[in-house]
Amino acid sequence: MATRLKDTDVVIVGLGAVGGVAALPLTQAGLDVVGLEAGTWLTKRDFAPDELRNNYRGWPQASQKANQEIPTHRPNAASPLFPRLTIHPMMNGVGGTSLHYWAQSWRLNPWDFKVRSETSRRYGAARIPTGCTVEDWPFGYEELEPYYDKVEFEIGVCGAAGNVNGTIDRRGNIFEGARHREYPMPPLRGTGFTDLMAAAARTLGWHPFPGPAAVNSQRYQNRSACMYHGFCNRGGCHVDAKGSTAVTTIPKAVATGRLKVVTRAHVTSIDADANGRVAGVTYLVDGTEYVQPARVVLLGSYTYENTRLLLLSRSRAYPNGLSNNHGQVGRHYFSHNQTAGVSALFPWKTNSWYGLPAQGVAVDNWADDNFDHSNLDFIGGGNLWVYSDRRPISAASMSTFGKTDKLWGSEWKAFIKENADRTNTSYLQKTTLPYEDNYLDLDPMVKDPLGFSVCRITAEYKDNERKLGLFIQDKMEQWYRAAGAVAVERAPVGPMGPSTHAYGGTRMGDNAETNVVNRWGFSHEVQNLGIIGASVMGTSGARNPTLTAQALAWRTAEYVTKNFNSIAPRRT
Amino acid sequence: MPNLISRRELLKRAGFAGAAAVVPVGGDLLSETSTPPAALQTAASREPYEHLTALESDVLEAMVARIIPTDANGPGAREARAARYIDRALGGALASSRPLYSVGLAAVDRLSRSRGQAFTALSPEEQDVVLSDIEKGNAPGFADAAAFFALVRAHTIQGTFCDPYYGGNAGFVGWDLIGYPGVRTFVAADEQRLGADVPANHKSAYDYDMFTKAGMGTMPVER
Repeated sequence: MATRLKDTDVVIVGLGAVGGVAALPLTQAGLDVVGLEAGTWLTKRDFAPDELRNNYRGWPQASQKANQEIPTHRPNAASPLFPRLTIHPMMNGVGGTSLHYWAQSWRLNPWDFKVRSETSRRYGAARIPTGCTVEDWPFGYEELEPYYDKVEFEIGVCGAAGNVNGTIDRRGNIFEGARHREYPMPPLRGTGFTDLMAAAARTLGWHPFPGPAAVNSQRYQNRSACMYHGFCNRGGCHVDAKGSTAVTTIPKAVATGRLKVVTRAHVTSIDADANGRVAGVTYLVDGTEYVQPARVVLLGSYTYENTRLLLLSRSRAYPNGLSNNHGQVGRHYFSHNQTAGVSALFPWKTNSWYGLPAQGVAVDNWADDNFDHSNLDFIGGGNLWVYSDRRPISAASMSTFGKTDKLWGSEWKAFIKENADRTNTSYLQKTTLPYEDNYLDLDPMVKDPLGFSVCRITAEYKDNERKLGLFIQDKMEQWYRAAGAVAVERAPVGPMGPSTHAYGGTRMGDNAETNVVNRWGFSHEVQNLGIIGASVMGTSGARNPTLTAQALAWRTAEYVTKNFNSIAPRRT
Repeated sequence: MPNLISRRELLKRAGFAGAAAVVPVGGDLLSETSTPPAALQTAASREPYEHLTALESDVLEAMVARIIPTDANGPGAREARAARYIDRALGGALASSRPLYSVGLAAVDRLSRSRGQAFTALSPEEQDVVLSDIEKGNAPGFADAAAFFALVRAHTIQGTFCDPYYGGNAGFVGWDLIGYPGVRTFVAADEQRLGADVPANHKSAYDYDMFTKAGMGTMPVER
C-alpha cells in the first residue's frame, strides 16, 4: 500500500541539469517544491581523477537506475534491434549529468529558432528535406535571451562575447545572436595547441574563438577556479569549479527552506485524475511506494525518460499515455550527429595531457546558416571544436593512421611511444533534423527490473545529415592541414543510438496537433503538467543543448510562479 | 544484473556457444605437463592469482607480453602487470568476461597444440604467428577468435595504462612509455604550453587524500 505524502505546490521529477535550475525560481517565489531524484548526493570527494573508473567502467551510472533502462535502438521499423549499450550515457544524482558533462554552455544561433521559415525564405521551401517535420519555434532567440542570461549568471558561464547589443567583438563568436551583456567570467585560457589551431584558422580567413563553458575561469560565487587537471570528461569536479546544478542552483533553492530533496526516488508514474489533470507522482524508494500529491508537476528527467514516463502513465483520460491523445509523445525525436569525426596526427607533441574538453577553440563559419547554401545540397551546418583532453588509456588506444602493420607488438609500441601526444580528435556537432520516421516509443520486449518497458529508439541519420557530415569533415581536414597535420583520418557516420544530445519526444509548439507542450512548456492536454529538458526542443543547432534546456526550464518555472493559480487546480 | 544471467547465456551472447557445447569450460584443456617458458619463471613476473587458474594465467601472461612486448623501447605489459590487472578485474568490473577468458585461453592453447606445442612453449616469434591468426579469425575450432583477441588487447591496454590502484601499470611503466606525466590536481598555464617540460610525478589518483573517502567530511543533510 503506497504511503500518501503531504501535498506540495510543485513536484519536480529529476533534479538534474534542468530540474535543478527550475527549482530555484520556484522556491524563490515562495512555492513549496519537492524534488524527486533517482540518484544520491555526490560530492567532490567522489570525483577521483581516474580514467578507468570514469571513462571505461562508467562510474557511477553503471550501478544506477539509468543503467537499468538503457534505451534499445534500431535504425528503422523493419530492422532488428542493434546491440544495446552497456552504460547509459547519462547519470543519476543530485545535479544529474551536469555533474560529469563537458559543461560547454552555448546559446543557440537565432537561425535555429526559424529553420523552416528562414530556409524557405532564403533558398525556397523545396530545400526542406523530404519527410522532415521541423517547425519554427513558437518564439525567436530574443524571447529566450533574458533566460540564457539568468542561467549564465546563476550557474556561472565563462566565455568571450561576440555580440553585445549588436556590437560585434571579434574576440568572441561574431555569428552569435545579440546578448545584452558580457559573460560573467572571461573564457578559459587557451593551451599552446589550441592557440596554434586558432592561428591556423585565421590563416584560412576563419573566425576562431574560445567556447563558452559552465566552468569557473576564475573564482565565482565562492567556488574555486578551474584547476585544468584533465578529468572533466565524464568526471565530476574535485574543486566544484564546474557549474553543476548540484553546487549552484540546487543548494540555493535548498537554502530558501522550500525545496525538499528526495534522493533514491524512482518515479514509476505521473498520476492523472478524473478531470484529466495530474494529481501527483508515484515513486519507489528501495521498494517502498509513495504517492506525492502536487498541484503542478514538472517532468524534468532526460529525453528518453520524459517520453517513457508519459507513455507508461496511462489512465482513463489518457489511454495512450499522459498528454498523448494527439499521438505526439515520442515524435520529432533526433540526436545530434556527433559521428563522422576527424582526427589528425602532428609531427610534434601537442601537450594535451591536461585541460578539459571545454577548454578549446571553436569555428562557427560553417555552422547553422552562417554561410551561403545556395549551391549546396544540404541545410544547416556544424560547429568545429578543438580542445585539450587526453588520458593514458585512450591515448594508447589511438589510431595509428595506417602507419603500423599491426595494432600490437613492438612496431605498434614504438608508434604509440612516439605519437601518443601527437594526435587530436575534433568534436563536430552538426545540425540534425527531425523526420517522420525517427521516433521514440516503448520497447515491446525489453523491460527494466520492475517490468516496465524501456524506451525504444527508431532513428537513423538521413541524407541531409550525411551530406552535411562530409562537408564539415572537409572543413575540419582543411583546418588540421593548415596547422601542420601530417595525417588526417575520418570516421564514418555512425548509428543514431542513445545519446547525450537527445532532443524531441515532447516538442514545444503552438500547434497541439504536432506538439506536446505549448510555448510555455506546459502540456497542450494536461493543464498542470509542465515538461522541461531538451525533449521540448524542436531543433538541435550545431552545439551542446544544456544551456538552452536550462534557459527554457527557467522560463517555464517563471511562468509557473506568475500563473500558479490559473495553472494549478484548486485544492479539494 | 550479471548474477541474473547464466554462464551459458553469457557464452551464447558472446558467440561462444559452439565452443561451449563441445569444450568443457575451464582450464582443463591446458595440459598438466605444460612447461612455463623460462621468462615466466622469474620472480618478478609471477603473481598470486585470484580468479584465473595457474595454467590460464600462464597463457594470459604470455599473450599480454606479446601484445605489449618488453623490448628496446622499455618495459611492456609484463612489467606493468597487465595480467594481474585482468585477473583482479575478472572478479569485479570485468566479471562478465570471466567465461570468455576460460574458453578463450583454453582455445589459444588448443590451437597452439594442434600445431605442435603448448602456447607457452613457443618462441616469441612463434607466439606472434599464432596470435596473428587468432586476431584475424584464422583459427579453426576457435569460435570468435578475433573478438577474443580484441578483448584481451583492450584489457591489456587497460592493465598497462590504468591508474596503478587497479594492479596494473606497475611502477608507472605504462605512463612512462607514452610520456603521461601523472595525475595532478592542479595544472598551471605554463604546463599546457607547447614544448613544456612537465616532469613525471608518478602519482595515482588515490595518492591524494581527498579521494580516499573514509573519514572526511559529511554527507549533505537531506531536508
